[in-house]
Amino acid sequence: MKKRLVSLAAVLLCAVLAALPAFAAAGDTVPAGPDLQVSADYDWNRFRGQNVTLYVYNWGLYISDGSDDSIDVVKGFEDLTGIKVNYTTFDTNESLYAKMKSGAANYDVIVPSDYMIGKMIGEDMLEPLDFSNIPNIEKIGAAYKNLEYDPDNAYSVPYTWGVVGIVYNKTMVQEPPTSWDALWDIEYAGNVLMFNNSRDAFAIAAKKLGMSLNPTSTEQVQTIAEELKAQKSVVQAYVMDEIFDKMTGGEAAMAPYYAGDAIVMMQDNPDLDFVIPEEGTNYFVDAMCIPKGAKNKEAAEMFINYMCETEVGAANCDFIGYSTPITDVWETLDDDLKYSPIAYPSEEVLANTEVFISLPDEINSAMDMAWSDMKSYDEAGSGWMVPVMLLLALALIVFNVWRKLHRRQRSDLY
Amino acid sequence: MKQKHWRALQQAYMVLIFSFLYVPIVVMAVFSFNESKSRSVFTGFTLNWYKSLFTNSMILDALALSVAIALISALISTVVGTMAAVGISGMGRKSRLLINNLSYLPIVNPEIITGVSLMLLFVAYRGFAAWANAHMGAELVPQNIFGLPTLLIAHISFSVPYVIFNVSPKLRQLDVRMYEAALDLGCNPTQAFFKVVMPELMPAILSAFLICITYSIDDFIISYFTCGNLQTLPIAIYSMTRKKVSPEINALSTIIFLVILAIILFTNHMDSRKYRRDQQRRG
Repeated sequence: MKKRLVSLAAVLLCAVLAALPAFAAAGDTVPAGPDLQVSADYDWNRFRGQNVTLYVYNWGLYISDGSDDSIDVVKGFEDLTGIKVNYTTFDTNESLYAKMKSGAANYDVIVPSDYMIGKMIGEDMLEPLDFSNIPNIEKIGAAYKNLEYDPDNAYSVPYTWGVVGIVYNKTMVQEPPTSWDALWDIEYAGNVLMFNNSRDAFAIAAKKLGMSLNPTSTEQVQTIAEELKAQKSVVQAYVMDEIFDKMTGGEAAMAPYYAGDAIVMMQDNPDLDFVIPEEGTNYFVDAMCIPKGAKNKEAAEMFINYMCETEVGAANCDFIGYSTPITDVWETLDDDLKYSPIAYPSEEVLANTEVFISLPDEINSAMDMAWSDMKSYDEAGSGWMVPVMLLLALALIVFNVWRKLHRRQRSDLY
Repeated sequence: MKQKHWRALQQAYMVLIFSFLYVPIVVMAVFSFNESKSRSVFTGFTLNWYKSLFTNSMILDALALSVAIALISALISTVVGTMAAVGISGMGRKSRLLINNLSYLPIVNPEIITGVSLMLLFVAYRGFAAWANAHMGAELVPQNIFGLPTLLIAHISFSVPYVIFNVSPKLRQLDVRMYEAALDLGCNPTQAFFKVVMPELMPAILSAFLICITYSIDDFIISYFTCGNLQTLPIAIYSMTRKKVSPEINALSTIIFLVILAIILFTNHMDSRKYRRDQQRRG
C-alpha cells in the first residue's frame, strides 16, 4: 500500500515537472531569481548541466549586484541558465586593453567603451556576434546602433551611454557655468576638479578650444596640452571617484563628470546642478562585446541577450544611474528621469556631441607623453630635482665604496 | 617645571604619531556605519553595509581568493624559505654572500618590474607549452596556467626572500653545539634537525609565515599582472574607482582590522602567560 502511494506521488511529481516548462512557455515570462522576470521566448536552458563557466569582465560597480537593496542580476542569470558566471572588474579601457593584448586572460564577455571597441575591431580582437542568439537587439533604440566605432553593428551591443558635463555647486558660483571656460576661470582657482584620465581631460580642453576631441596631428595634441597646462593653476586636484565626495561635501565649486553620476551626486546634495556646455561635449557608449578566442561564444551571447531583458536592464539602469539604450527600459522609468535633460538630453544637445574614436598610435603616445608632462609640470620649476637626486645617489655609492675600502685597510692592519 | 614641559611635548609627539597611524582606520570604521554612500558627511547609523557585504558574491569571492592564495603561498614559501635558509647557513662565506645578495634583489626590486616580468614569463611559457604539445601530438604540458597557478607562483616567489631573511638571523644565533650534542646523544641528523634545530627556529618561522600572509593579501601590483581572469580583493577594490568605492569595502576593512587586532591581542596574551609561567617555574 505504502509503496503504491510513493510511486503514485512520484508519477504525479513527474507530471508536474513535465508540465512546468509548458507552463512557462504559455506565459510571457520565466523567473530568474526571486524578483526578476525574463522573456520565456528564449531557450535559456540549453547549457544547463554542462558545467559551463562564463568569464565576464566589466567596469567596477557597473552591474546591479545585490548591494543596497538592488537585485543581484548575475545570480539571476546563474539560476536561470545553470551557467556559472565568473564576474570580474576593471577600472579603465586601457587596462582592459592591456590585459587582452598581453594574452594573460580569456574572457567571454567584455564591456569596453566606444573608442576602445573601434580599436579592438581594428586589431581583430573581437568576434562578430550571432544576433540570432541575441533577439533582444530589437529592443535597442536605433539611435544607439551603427555608431561610428562599429558602423555595421556587428561586434557590439550597447549597454549604457551618457554625456560629460560640468557638475557645479549653486552656492559656490556667481552664475551657473554654460561653457567649458568656467573650468579655466581664475576666479574659481583652487575650487575646480579635473579628470585624472588623459582622454577625458584632453576632450574637455579640445572642446574649449573649439576643436574635435579626436585630434588628428601631434601639433593639435600639443595645442590642447598647452591649454591643460594653463588650467593647472586653477585646478584643486586631478581626481576620478573622489569627485563624488568632494562635490557632495561642498569641497569644490565645479568638476566635469559623467551625467549618470551627476544625478547621483545631485540626489545627495541638492545644491548641485549639472550643465552640458554649449561648445558641445563627449557622448560615450559602453557596449558588450565578445573577444576573439572566447571559449563559450554562444553562452556569452545568451548573457548579452539576458542583459538586454527589460527587467534586467531596468535593474542595471537603476543601480548604475547611467542612461539606458534599451527602449523598453526607458519606458519603465519615472517621468522625472525619462524626460531629464541630464540623463536623456534633447536631440539638439546630442547633435552637438562627439564620440571618441580610436586614435593612431603616434597620437595616442603623444597624448600620453603630453599628459604626464602636464601632470609633472610645475610653474615654480621642479627641474632641479632630478640632478640633485642623481648626485645624492652617486654620493651614497661613493661613500659606501669608501667605507668598505677603509674598513678593509683597517682590517689589513691587524 | 621645564621637565614637565618636556614631558608634555614628548606625549604630544607620541599622540601625533599614533593619530597618523590610527585616525584613518577609525574614520574608515565610522563611515562603514554611515547611512548614505558619502565618505564625508555622516547622515545616520546603519548596519546595512555589513548585511549587503555578506550577500555581495563578487567581493566575497575576491576575499576568498585573496585568503586562499595568502594561506597556500605563505605555507609553501615558509617551507621553501626555511629550507633555503638552512642550506645557506651551511655554505662557505663567499657563496653565502652571493646567494644572500641574490635573494635580496627581488625585495629591493620595484614590484612593478617583478609583476611585468612574471607575466611575460607566463605568456612565454604558454607559447612554449603550445609548441611542445603540438610537437608531441598530445596535451602533455598544461597550457592554460593563468589564474590560480600563476598567482600562486608569483606570490610564492616574492614571499620566499622574506622568509629567508627572517629565519637566517635566528639560525646564526643558534648554538651549533646543541645540534652536535643531539648527534652525540644518538639522534641521526634528521632527528636532530627536527627535535633540536626546528623548535629553536619556530618563532622566526612563525613570524615569517605571518609576514608572508600580510604581504600576499596586501599585494596589488604583482597580482594585477598575474591574475589572469580571477581577481583578488585589492584588484576588485581598485576597479571601483571610476564609480564610487562602495561602503561595503569600509565594512569589510573594518572586519579585517578587527580580526587582525584579535589575533595580535590573543597571541600577546598567550605569550605573556607563557612568560609568567616560565618566570614562576624559574623562581
